[in-house]
Amino acid sequence: MTSHTRDIHDDTAEPRRIYSKRNMWSGFLFGVGLAAFIDETIFHQLLHWHHFYDLSTTAVGLVSDGFFHAFSWFATIASLFLFADLRRRKALWMTRWWGGVLLGAGLFQLYDGLVQHKLMGIHQIRYNVDLTPYDLTWNIIAVIMIIIGSILVWRTRRA
Amino acid sequence: MGHGGTSASIAVELICTLIYAAAILGYTLMGLLSSRNYKSWPLYRYLCWYAGCTCAVIVIIGPFAAAAHSDFRIHMIGHLLLGMLGPLLMAIAAPVTLLLRSLPVSRARGLSSFLRSPYPALVCHPIVAALLNTGGLWLLYTTPLYTWMHQYTAVNLLVHLHILLAGYVFTISMLYIDPVAHRYGYVYRAIVAIIAAALHGMLSKYIYIHPPAGIPAGDAETGAMWMYYGGDLVQLIIIGLFCYRWYRDARPRKLVVSTALDS
Repeated sequence: MTSHTRDIHDDTAEPRRIYSKRNMWSGFLFGVGLAAFIDETIFHQLLHWHHFYDLSTTAVGLVSDGFFHAFSWFATIASLFLFADLRRRKALWMTRWWGGVLLGAGLFQLYDGLVQHKLMGIHQIRYNVDLTPYDLTWNIIAVIMIIIGSILVWRTRRA
Repeated sequence: MGHGGTSASIAVELICTLIYAAAILGYTLMGLLSSRNYKSWPLYRYLCWYAGCTCAVIVIIGPFAAAAHSDFRIHMIGHLLLGMLGPLLMAIAAPVTLLLRSLPVSRARGLSSFLRSPYPALVCHPIVAALLNTGGLWLLYTTPLYTWMHQYTAVNLLVHLHILLAGYVFTISMLYIDPVAHRYGYVYRAIVAIIAAALHGMLSKYIYIHPPAGIPAGDAETGAMWMYYGGDLVQLIIIGLFCYRWYRDARPRKLVVSTALDS
């Protein structure tokens, strides 16, 4: 009965509070998916900077890449359905959602840049060039996204 | 196999054609007849069934099958049609639901009690279905099975049949369009789907690096990329349908309850 009375209030703070976690996760999954999508379309398909397979790839690199690719595909679609669900419940909280997006995208990019590119050698950002500026740009952007995302998520921890 | 001429391959082509015709005619008849007693069976389901069965049959017999025999790239497109797109279209066509409403009540009860028995329940468990599906492919491309498939007609047929059935079982273990005995939660199925998709992607990269015996490296690379991106495309449809069903199931129900109370 309590949930019934809650619905009667025409107050956006209440559904936001109930679905606070869902806002964060929808954003987070979308962020992971977005980062992976940009990686795939721009760097693999359009620029051809990244390679489908690089001879230095380790077995664990292939496994990690496989999981992240499959996960990001799922995350993109699932996050959009979660977003639609929040909207129909009038529980959408854009600040928190964007916090999740930046956090998800930043963490994915940092993982991709440090662990997958460097440790596991899946492939490099670009070939036949000095990698340092590319690696620095890649990872610094990731850290900036993580910091801003964390601030947004922290500041919206209460409705 | 597939080159015609031998009596065995002619028999295989004949049997497959008959099964295909029976599937198309049987489905159409059941749809039309049961629509007299129930809600009209939707057109898109007929179309999905026809398209799904056609995807499967062209991979097993006819000129496409013959070309796939000698060209790994066509073989891989065939694999996508037989193991992924065909089963998905067939699953959307909901043949079990159609069968249940077409059969006399006693027969329909028999069918639904069979569907609840241990064997179908085991095979349709998401993890078992994923193992049969993706695990079977690993077996095919990383063992001599692939070579045997091209040497023996029987192995070839069995492999094709397995790919079709495992693809179908996997699809229905993810998307509950037809009634299922035991339902698993969305998160559970999502995790299994992600792992299965990951293993599929890894296998395509494995094939890219280690072509099956007798396949030129260039063909293996193109085929592997077909498998990788083609697989992604079909998975995109499955995930979309899967999430849409969650969205429908998770709709806020309180409104419905309150109107029911009000009226």
